[in-house]
Amino acid sequence: MLRLEKLTKTYRTGDKALNAVNLTVPKGQVMALIGPSGAGKSTLIRCINRLVEPTSGKVFLDQDDITGLSASGLRRMRRQMGMIFQEYALVERLTVMENVLSGRLGYVGFWRSFTRRYPQADVDEAFRLLDRVGLLEMADKRADELSGGQRQRVGIARALIQDPKVLLVDEPTASLDPKTSRQIMRLICELCAERELAAIINIHDVALAQMFVQRVIGLQKGVVQFDGKPDALTPEVLTKIYGEEDWKETTRSAEEAAE
Amino acid sequence: MPISDVSGRKVWQLRSRNQQLAHWAMWLAGVAVFMWCWQRISEATTWVFVWDAPRIAADMGSRAWPPRWSYMSELWAPLWDTLNIATLGTLLAIFAAVPVAFLAARNTTPSALFVRPVALFVIVSSRSINSLIWALLLVSIIGPGVLSGLLAIALRSIGFCAKLLYEAIEEIDPKQVEAVTATGASRWQVMAYGIVPQILPAFAGITVFRWDINLRESTVLGLVGAGGIGLQLKSSLDVLAWPQVALILIIILLAVLLSEWVSARVRGAII
Repeated sequence: MLRLEKLTKTYRTGDKALNAVNLTVPKGQVMALIGPSGAGKSTLIRCINRLVEPTSGKVFLDQDDITGLSASGLRRMRRQMGMIFQEYALVERLTVMENVLSGRLGYVGFWRSFTRRYPQADVDEAFRLLDRVGLLEMADKRADELSGGQRQRVGIARALIQDPKVLLVDEPTASLDPKTSRQIMRLICELCAERELAAIINIHDVALAQMFVQRVIGLQKGVVQFDGKPDALTPEVLTKIYGEEDWKETTRSAEEAAE
Repeated sequence: MPISDVSGRKVWQLRSRNQQLAHWAMWLAGVAVFMWCWQRISEATTWVFVWDAPRIAADMGSRAWPPRWSYMSELWAPLWDTLNIATLGTLLAIFAAVPVAFLAARNTTPSALFVRPVALFVIVSSRSINSLIWALLLVSIIGPGVLSGLLAIALRSIGFCAKLLYEAIEEIDPKQVEAVTATGASRWQVMAYGIVPQILPAFAGITVFRWDINLRESTVLGLVGAGGIGLQLKSSLDVLAWPQVALILIIILLAVLLSEWVSARVRGAII
């Protein structure tokens, strides 16, 4: 279970990206984080694994306070949090296999990782995951030879081989076409269900979020404006999060969802 | 204010009137300085010698041709020395340049306030002294010979390689580094997985480029006694043995052509 307590981030420029955000994500729940650009979505998930250092507030994974950890404690904690990125963030010049295995870096010593002598159990798991995301034949290809959707699958495998408790997902579909976007979202949600993972997914596409997740958080200027079921995203709520616009075509209403 | 209003219509020009005048004044000043320098140089030149130059050059050429091919037997050893000076000097420089580059790059330096300036100073001091001057200094410190040449090449190359390498490090994609960090990797693992693969092509390119330059530079180091084919060149010049000079120049030309070819092939294979 992931819990944020009064999480606040003020950048050096004085911009308040997060303003006392309280949030609890129980085990197995896939949650979408929506909101306009600059609302603090990226900052929020980066404050959880401290790629961005929060200014104040606390983050708990189960009982452990992440914000108080030392450098080595933080590294051990990061192993339990898989991260998936907008533009995949694969190491382009390494092979698919090396990219997937890099998810085990937190568990393997420097020389073993440097000489690529990973434990056979890790390699087995890498093959299993590549098979699960449908890229078994690509294991030996270089990451920059793959298409966008394939790269994101490698990114997903890299996050899952960490054997995480939580997935932090930053705009997984922003660089993908509509069909691939759905496939990727479906894959992430299925995998979360299989492994009972909690997930926070930053996403711009409100309709896509509604299609897959169990809970939506609306963030605006670093403040949680909405927290509820995807079907409760009425035009009024969207106006509150994003501002005035004609929202009728954007979302699926509750009646449509019931069909 | 490049946009002006001419009787109700908006007119756009690249520069406003004042900017245009300043532009012309700058060109005028530039041309004036050039003319003045030209005049000074002309005054300091003995033109009689210059008018005479084609005849002298032709005379020298006729004495130098044909090259003395038999001299080749004495050139193989110094040629081998030259190649070694360039290659080992480059290797030595690369070993020293990699840590310096990581300390100098803004995104990998342990301390931008204390360590980075030191690394930058190492780079600047190495780069500001020509390898011929390094060789002069080293010949008087550790005596004449191949070692002085090798160290001169290495000292000159550290700054060059470190500078290009740290610029490559600063231009890496930070997202890949972020992703590796997020897995819980240690500092060294982040370097090995997030940074090194990204700079590897630049690293290889810089190395062969510098080796290519060093081969040329090591051919003249002998002039100051630091080993290599330059030593033969100097002794031939000193006794006015023009056919030998011609042969040495041909050999140097061939060596440089070879290095061009090798470095082009290596760069082509990596990128």
